Amino acid sequence: MTNTSDHMRTPVTMRLGPHVLDLDAAAEVERICGWMVQEVAGTLHRRGVIIAMSGGVDSSVCAALAVRALGAGKVYGLLLPERDSKRASADQGRTVAEHLGVRYETHDISPTLQAIGCYRLRDEAIRVVFPEYADDWKCKVAIAGGATGGINFFKMIVQSPDGRLQEARLPIREYLQIVAATNFKQRIRKTVEYYHADRLNYAVIGTPNRLEYDQGFFVKNGDGAADLKPIAHLFKTQVYAMARHLGLPDEVCNAVPTTDTYSLVQGQDEFYFALPYDQMDLALWAHNHAVPASELAAALGLTEEHARNVYGDIEGKRRTTHYLHARPLLVDPVTEVSE
Amino acid sequence: MRDFKAQLRQFIEDNFIMGPSEPAVSDADSFMERRVIDSTGFLELVMYLEETWGVTVTDDEVIPENLDSLDHLQGYLTRKLSA
Repeated sequence: MTNTSDHMRTPVTMRLGPHVLDLDAAAEVERICGWMVQEVAGTLHRRGVIIAMSGGVDSSVCAALAVRALGAGKVYGLLLPERDSKRASADQGRTVAEHLGVRYETHDISPTLQAIGCYRLRDEAIRVVFPEYADDWKCKVAIAGGATGGINFFKMIVQSPDGRLQEARLPIREYLQIVAATNFKQRIRKTVEYYHADRLNYAVIGTPNRLEYDQGFFVKNGDGAADLKPIAHLFKTQVYAMARHLGLPDEVCNAVPTTDTYSLVQGQDEFYFALPYDQMDLALWAHNHAVPASELAAALGLTEEHARNVYGDIEGKRRTTHYLHARPLLVDPVTEVSE
Repeated sequence: MRDFKAQLRQFIEDNFIMGPSEPAVSDADSFMERRVIDSTGFLELVMYLEETWGVTVTDDEVIPENLDSLDHLQGYLTRKLSA
């Protein structure tokens, strides 16, 4: 059964379980590759694609799909590390690029981020909460509240050089400044991607999976900006299935999703989602198909109240991040150039 | 009982944009359901409560039952300031 073109809020009677996300990976690869050729050549009129390769499963699958669709010679990979990203991420991105046989280059964006104030502005805000925070400390942001029926808020977690962890809820001003400063990372990466897209007359691939796209887990005009997004309709579980089908290296197929944005290791569920990705996939699918919270609870081993809170959190994130999806608004449509 | 609602209503009207044709928020209206305040807005509201009334809003108090209407805020502030 293929569930990539789910319709929203369609009640289902089948028993809920991981099987609802089963995918005919071979057929889906063919479908996406055909679509990609059509869109890149026919709609966008570009000669190839740029892809930033983080070493994670999403960008690796997108790169492998692009190679299948267009050929390795029409795919240009970028490794875009910075001071806080893990060395292993760049290493894995390089492994995938070489595995796929694409041209690629590494561009360390740390000096650009330093010059624009990314680290300084972020650290100023952290020091309002933790005055002793210094360059040799590590940090991350974690979400709290929503999954337990509360209102989402964010905590800053810092680690001193001797390994001592401290955490505190972020006041609104400091939270917004930390996010705004950190978003430089995604926006500078996108600037570099479009430099190469412009010089090669290529299109830029965006790599969100369905969970990220639906729940607004991206930076507007940062990683949210792209000319085509080949896996935005696929649940993360399905992206892993595609990775295995495409024969990507084991370390990609088994990679645990992280944000790779803060210096402390940070899981995506810790930063943003209410549950680990495989459970979150099932919760999103169930919510889209109007599955009662009691059935989701049984499938995931949660209390019914917890399942209801997860549904509420999904809706809350859709409301909060609606703005991220919105195109610039016009007073009147300009029909001569609109879609 | 001290009435906090007028001051809270003023804060909400001053800080969160309301459509010109939208009816005013009633005492029982959920800010979330009316889409007046999102999660970022609630953090702003928390800061306002702490700075204006000197209360400390703990993590487990950041819940709709305390913050998501003028009635809930009235009850929450009354409890906090009498504790």
